[in-house]
Parts: sequence; C-alpha cells; structure tokens
Amino acid sequence: MNYEIVCGIETHIELATKTKIFCGCTTEFGGEPNTHCCPVCTGQPGSLPILNQKVVEYAIKAGLALNCKINTKSHMDRKNYVYPDLPKAYQISQYDEPLCEKGYIELDSGKRIGITRIHIEEDAGKLVHENGYTYIDYNRSGVPLIEIVSEPDISSAEEAKEYAEKLQLTMRYIGISDCKMQEGSMRCDVNLSLRKPGDPNFGVRTEIKNINSLSFIQKAVMAEAERQADILDAGGTVVQQTMRYDETTNTVTPMRDKENSEDYRYFPDPDILRFCIDEEKVEEIRASLPELPFAKLRRYVNELGLPEATAKQLSRYRRVAEFFEGALAEGASVKNAANLIVGTIFSNMDTEEEKELFGIKISPAQFAALVKLADEKKINIGVAQSTLQKMLESGKSVEEFIKPEDLVGISDEELESLCKEAIDANPKAVADVRSGKDKAINVMFGYIMKKTGGKADIRKAEALLRKLIGQ
Amino acid sequence: MRAGIAELAEKLRNREISAVELTKVYIKAIEELNPTLNAYVHLTFDTALKAAEQADQMLKEGDAPPLCGIPMALKDNICTDGLPTTCCSKILKGFKPYYDATVWEKLKKQGAVLLGKTNMDEFAMGSTSETSCYGAPLNPRNTDYVTGGSSGGSAAAVCANLAVYSLGSDTGGSIRQPASFCGVVGLKPTYGAVSRYGLIAYGSSLDQIGPLTNSVKDAAIVFDAIKGGDKRDQTSVDYDYGAPLAECLDRDVKGMRIGVAEEFFDGINPEIKSKIEEALNLFEKNGAKIENIRFPALKIALPVYYIIACAEASSNLGRYDGIRYGYRTSSYTSIDDMIVKTRSEGFGDEVKRRIMLGTYVLSSGYYDAYYKKACLIREEINREFDAVFEKCDVLVAPTAPNTAFPLNYRGASPVEMYLSDICTVPVNIAGVPAISIPCGADAKGLPIGMQIIGKRFDEATVLQAAHFYEQCAGEVIGAYEGGARV
Repeated sequence: MNYEIVCGIETHIELATKTKIFCGCTTEFGGEPNTHCCPVCTGQPGSLPILNQKVVEYAIKAGLALNCKINTKSHMDRKNYVYPDLPKAYQISQYDEPLCEKGYIELDSGKRIGITRIHIEEDAGKLVHENGYTYIDYNRSGVPLIEIVSEPDISSAEEAKEYAEKLQLTMRYIGISDCKMQEGSMRCDVNLSLRKPGDPNFGVRTEIKNINSLSFIQKAVMAEAERQADILDAGGTVVQQTMRYDETTNTVTPMRDKENSEDYRYFPDPDILRFCIDEEKVEEIRASLPELPFAKLRRYVNELGLPEATAKQLSRYRRVAEFFEGALAEGASVKNAANLIVGTIFSNMDTEEEKELFGIKISPAQFAALVKLADEKKINIGVAQSTLQKMLESGKSVEEFIKPEDLVGISDEELESLCKEAIDANPKAVADVRSGKDKAINVMFGYIMKKTGGKADIRKAEALLRKLIGQ
Repeated sequence: MRAGIAELAEKLRNREISAVELTKVYIKAIEELNPTLNAYVHLTFDTALKAAEQADQMLKEGDAPPLCGIPMALKDNICTDGLPTTCCSKILKGFKPYYDATVWEKLKKQGAVLLGKTNMDEFAMGSTSETSCYGAPLNPRNTDYVTGGSSGGSAAAVCANLAVYSLGSDTGGSIRQPASFCGVVGLKPTYGAVSRYGLIAYGSSLDQIGPLTNSVKDAAIVFDAIKGGDKRDQTSVDYDYGAPLAECLDRDVKGMRIGVAEEFFDGINPEIKSKIEEALNLFEKNGAKIENIRFPALKIALPVYYIIACAEASSNLGRYDGIRYGYRTSSYTSIDDMIVKTRSEGFGDEVKRRIMLGTYVLSSGYYDAYYKKACLIREEINREFDAVFEKCDVLVAPTAPNTAFPLNYRGASPVEMYLSDICTVPVNIAGVPAISIPCGADAKGLPIGMQIIGKRFDEATVLQAAHFYEQCAGEVIGAYEGGARV
C-alpha cells in the first residue's frame, strides 16, 4: 500500500564560540581528556554557571537566518536526569521559553519546512570504553549547543536530506558552527511516521537518533519508511521507540532504552536570571547577517546572468562567494571569474570540505588581475588557466608568470610570418596535412606556441596556416 | 563585654598582641572545648598559623584591612581550596575542593585566619545540626540542648569564644535560628548581596551567606568585607551601599516605623513573646513608631518554602553520584548500581526525605499543583512584604517560636520540626535581609532571639535598629564564660 511519510528533524549544532556556555574553558575539539575543564563545567560543588552572551547572540543569528521570531524574554531551565557523562545530573537547557520560534527553511521546490523552535543548551561529556573500564572525558561538557526542531512537514527522504543540507549550509554561512557531522558538531535525530494519503491523523512515530551524515539521513528515512510500511502492510502496529540507523547494513533497529519513561522534572534554573534581549540588539544582529546562499543564488542568476549550475556552485560556500564577489569588486568580469573559479580553482579541490574551507594562496585582487588580462584579451583562456594554476601553487602574482612584453598582442603580420616560418621548418608535416593527415597541423601549432610563449591566438593561427598550406 | 573585632584589630595594630599569639589563644581554647562542644568538624591549625604569620607581616607593613589577623571559622559548606569541605555529609567525606568560595577569597585577601570548618546539619537541612554525619554540636549555654541549625557549629564557635566570628549560610533561617538558640548575632543579608560562588547549594534561590558574631557591629564589619557583586555568581548584585555599614551604625530610632504583624506571634512560646514585647516597648520609648500590620501569607510561607527548597535541593544534590568526588560505595555491579548504592549509603535520612519531596513536587502531573503554585504564592509573599515596607522601615518578629530544643528531641513528626522555621522562612522567600539578636533568656536560661527584617538591600536600617537595641538594652544575656580570652 502507499503511505505518506510524516517526518520532522531535531538537529543539535555545536556553536563555534571560543569558550563554553557557562564558563571560560575553551571549546576546542580534541585535547587530552579532561584538560578543557574547570569547577563549573565538571559540576563541582559550589560552582555556578554564568551564561555566555556570545551563545545567545549566535542562537539569535541562527533564528534570524531561519526566519524565526526572537523571544525577547527568555530563561534557562534544568533538565534533570542521571547519566555519568552529565556532571551536575541536570542539563541546563530551555524548556518553555526557547530563544527562537516559528521559522522555516525553503526547499528548492518552494516548499517551506517549518522550524518549531531553537533553544540553547549545554553539551554533556563523553564516555570512553576501554579495556573493560569506562572513562569519562568532560572536555565537551558545557560546549554550547543549539537544538533546532522542525515541524513534521518533511514528506520524503529527499526532502529530509535537502532540509538538513540547507540547514548546514546556512549555519556555516552565518559562521556560528562548522556543522561537521562526522565530528559530531551537527547531529540529527529523525522522527518519522506513516499515514494513508489524506488521513488527517498522524501514525505512531519512531525516533532515529544521532545520524551523522547527510546521505545517511536520506537512507535512514527510506529504510525506516520501508520498515514501518512492512509492519502496517502486515496488519501490525508500529511501536513508539528510539531507533538506531546502521549504515553498514542500511537498517534501522531499536536502541536499548536508557530509562523506561523519562520525567526530566524541568524547572527554571535558579542560578541564571531570566534575561531580556532588547529589540535593538536583535536588529543589530539582523543587520550583521551576511546575504544567505539562497538569496545569493537568485541574485547571481537574475542580476549577474550566470547559469543556474555555476551560480549554485559559487553561492554554496561563503568563502567562495566572498572570493568571487571580491574579484568582481576589483573589476574582474562575471563570466571569466566564474568560469576560472569553477573550472580551474575547483579542479584542485576534491572534497566539499575543501571548497568550504577554500584555503587558497591568492587574494581576490591577485585573481582579478589575472581575470582582467583575459577580459581584455591580452591572454587567451588557456593561458589564463595555466597561469592561474601556477599562481595557486605558488601564491605569487600574475606578473611573476606573464612579463609585460608577453602581454603585447601578436600582430596579424607577425603571426603570418610566424606561420610561414612554421611551414618552412616542417615540410613533412605540411605534406602530411595535404595528404589528409589533419592531425599533423599540431606540429606547426607547437612551433608557433613555442616561439610566442603560448600567447598566439590559436584559431587565427589555424586559419592562416590552412590558407598558406592551401586548404 | 568581650573584645569585638574593632578592639582586637586595634590591639593587633598596636602590636599589643600578634596575630600568631591571638591565633594560639584560640587554638588552645578549641583544643580545650571542642572535644565537648563539637563546634568544629575540621581543624586547620597549620594553615591558620601560617595565615597568622602573613597577617603579622601585613600588620607590620601597616594599613592592614579590618579583619587582618582575626581568627575565624567557616561553615563546612563553604568551599576552601585544599581544605576539607564536606557539608557534614558522608557523601562528601574527604572532599577537598581545588577552588575557594568568593567570600573566603575576599576574607583571605584581608588576612583572615581560618581556624577550621564548623559543624552543621547535613547539606544545611535541619534545625538542630543533629543531622551532621559528625554528630551534633552542643549548645555552649547548656550542653543538654542543641545549638539550632543548620549553622549550629558556627553559632556555637562564636558563642563559646572559639572564633571571633564565623560565616554561616541561611536558606530558611539557618543563620538566625542557631544565633538565637546560642545567644549570638546572626545576619542573613539580602539575596544577591553576598556571592554564593563556592557555597555548596541547598536551595539556590534561597541560600545566602552571612556572619555570626558577638555584636551587631562585628556583623556589620564582616558583612562589609564579604558583600558585593561577583562575576562568578549571576544572581549577585553589585549594590552601592555607600560608606561601610559598620561606620553608619550610630543612629537613634526616633521616627523609625517598626512593623509588628500578629501572625508572627501565633503559637509562640509566651516567654519569647513577652521578651519581644519588652524590646518593642524600648523602641517605642525611644521614639520609634510601632505599626500593627497584617501578614496573612505567613502561614502559607512554610509549605511554599519546603516545596521550593526541596525542589531545588533534589536537583542540586543529583551530582553526588560517587563518580567524580566524595564517597563511593565499595561494591557494585554496574554504574547504575554504583550510583544507587553510593547515594543510599552516603545521604542521611533528612536529606533523602527532602530529595524525595523535591523530586515529587517537580514530577510531571504534580508540578502544577505544587512547584508552580508555590512559585505563584512566592510572588504573593513578595507583594505582601512590599506592602509592609511601604508602611514600615523594619519589621520586628521572634526569630523562632521556641528556645533551643533538648538534644535528641523528637517531635511527633518531621513536620513538627519544620514548623519551627515559621518565623524565618518568609524572609528567604522574599530575599529580604534580617538579623537575629539576643533579647533575653527563658526561665531555663536559654537565649531568646529577636528578628529585625528590612527592605531589600536595606541592611543599613536593620543593623542600625539592632545596634540601637543592643546598646540600649545592655547585657540581656550573660556572656559565655569560657573560651578564648584576650
């Protein structure tokens, strides 16, 4: 039977603040176990939390970028539960007054996935099981997180993936998190149920915890939808439970429950005063937000006239877009700059991470200087590409590779005499061309390119050569 | 009267006595009396003598702060770097924090000499200090009686001259009630006036550190030294008190409006009632205006207090699981088993009772009926205090409905013991300041305490009224004869 997927995603994102949410410890990833700790983040008796204002600011940024309403009055709550990685036996989180509410993410199709809420909270430590012992590393304890809860508006595996991807891109764009799913700085829990098309009621849902890659989200949704459909087709009922996705077998299986029924006994944390955020501050943060990738994409297509595919590649990563726009500001042409980035620079970058980082040795100004030579037809595109490659490898400017004297265009007369020289010097090749071995003309191209240091216009040269050879 | 902090400071500055000599006098007194009184549970004589030497150095260099070289004591729930801090609980036995509470950091900078950590009810939960895992301290006035609690050891140490002053903590009366039982002065400052950083939490929205002393002036001097905002405690306030309060005590009570609410006198021991009335007469005779006011929310304050304090405690005490510090059970089969056994063995009955109460009132299904309702009534109590302080400058009430209980006194139920907090808890709920000062003794010679309650951050008026009474009434109860003599 056909079922409709009803899916919502809860995403935890580690904020890239320098210090933890309630103390001055570093948030740096890694480090020897328990070296990024203090009395506060290890819950020592008598210690008290101080809310890091940067965390509030970053969460508001996230809220604004996801079209949320910002609650100007908010407070922190304690979520009480016992687990060895949670040093105070409660997590400081937000329950009934989240910082941001009622936003959305727009998919390429134009469909909007609602954002129910965004709240701030602290991360827990990490259990390490080794040689039959369990060790606890509290370095991560107190690292700031935001939890972004979507409405159950997602109705396919593709939409689930696109939602998570758009969310990841946006968070990276506004610079509040690196959102590395493998390192755990972005973690997704997927809630999913099925219902018959047109049924206004929701079916029983399951929650798939801690999915750590975008493609696994898509696969997990498909696998879980299939699993639930099989149960329903067989006349069974889905059990509400927490599941785990196993990427090696591509299956979804129930997790062992930590506790039977959790009652977190939420209540306002008396150690942290209720806080007010003034409208002015919100507007200040709104004004500081960069143009988001989807707005950029539309602008690149509509105003810059770039093809959709190229515009997408350029707008996808903030550093790429900044580099591109920087070059334009230095006077580079849209078309050449775009093609050289997508064609030459990206060919050096194998992974999405590399594009995201965009760690290149040249500045937008250096790049623009090269593009402008091509724009003015002082060098051809082939030379531009090879020179750019050399610049990328060395970090040196275009002048290092193309001397002023090289830039003077080769006159038609010069080219003609060079062609004659080439013909005289290669009688065999000329004969071959005449006898139909057309490829032999490359020998003369090579001669001309060598003589001109590669700056001759190859199409003009071909036309001249064919004329002289008499074809 | 015995020497106060100012007199001792004068002697130290004049080199009539050195800080080391003074400390040794107190050490000797502690060695003599503490085995009986059990006021101290951890003695820190080695560090005390070193601190005294440093204090002497500071004194020699001149311009030493007021508390330099003065021997004192801290309640065992105030964190002291490298020294035991156990809340008198088995679950924290052997615990030595690696950080100082802000109050101790401030006093240390002044050159204070810490003699030791004082006995208390386990995690400050109790009214007699008998829930201490080290056994109860005894009331120096009569060792058949309790000191009160939870800062019982701090009150006993000051009463018996085993410390010039001490710090306690007050969540529902834990400074004022033992001060009243032992016949000393105890000040609970405004919530937020003194940093709570390093005070091991019981009820976080109610807890406040304050001094126990032998005079109002001493209380003012110590309060001056420990007050102030702290960037490590978001609930602390950097309130501008102007000049040091100890320098602004001399004021008569002419025109002072003193509120008296009959609800505070319901069910109060008649001897206590008559002593308070005598005090009120003294105030009136000196020009104060007595305003009879109503405080209908008083009765409901007690359940509100126990709901909020226990709710917060149930969360605050969740961290004692045997994993990172303190006591850990000796045999277990899993992490869950270890946590359950550690807590079952490590906590005493009263603490367990309050954790269970607090867990219950926060549970889903009961939250609205208990915790949420208590928070709403808390706001109502705040409004009643606001209304009272529109008509009055201070409120006078008994500190406790009774004088010290006999040791091992067991009422009909724990609730009966909770009822003895009736006069003190409204003050914590509203976060206002209050002082308890001796105003006489009952027929058995046990001290009676009078409570003076003020507006938020108006410790000045509270201290002035108390100081005036103290000066006017003279010796209302004889000074304790033993202990350190200088």
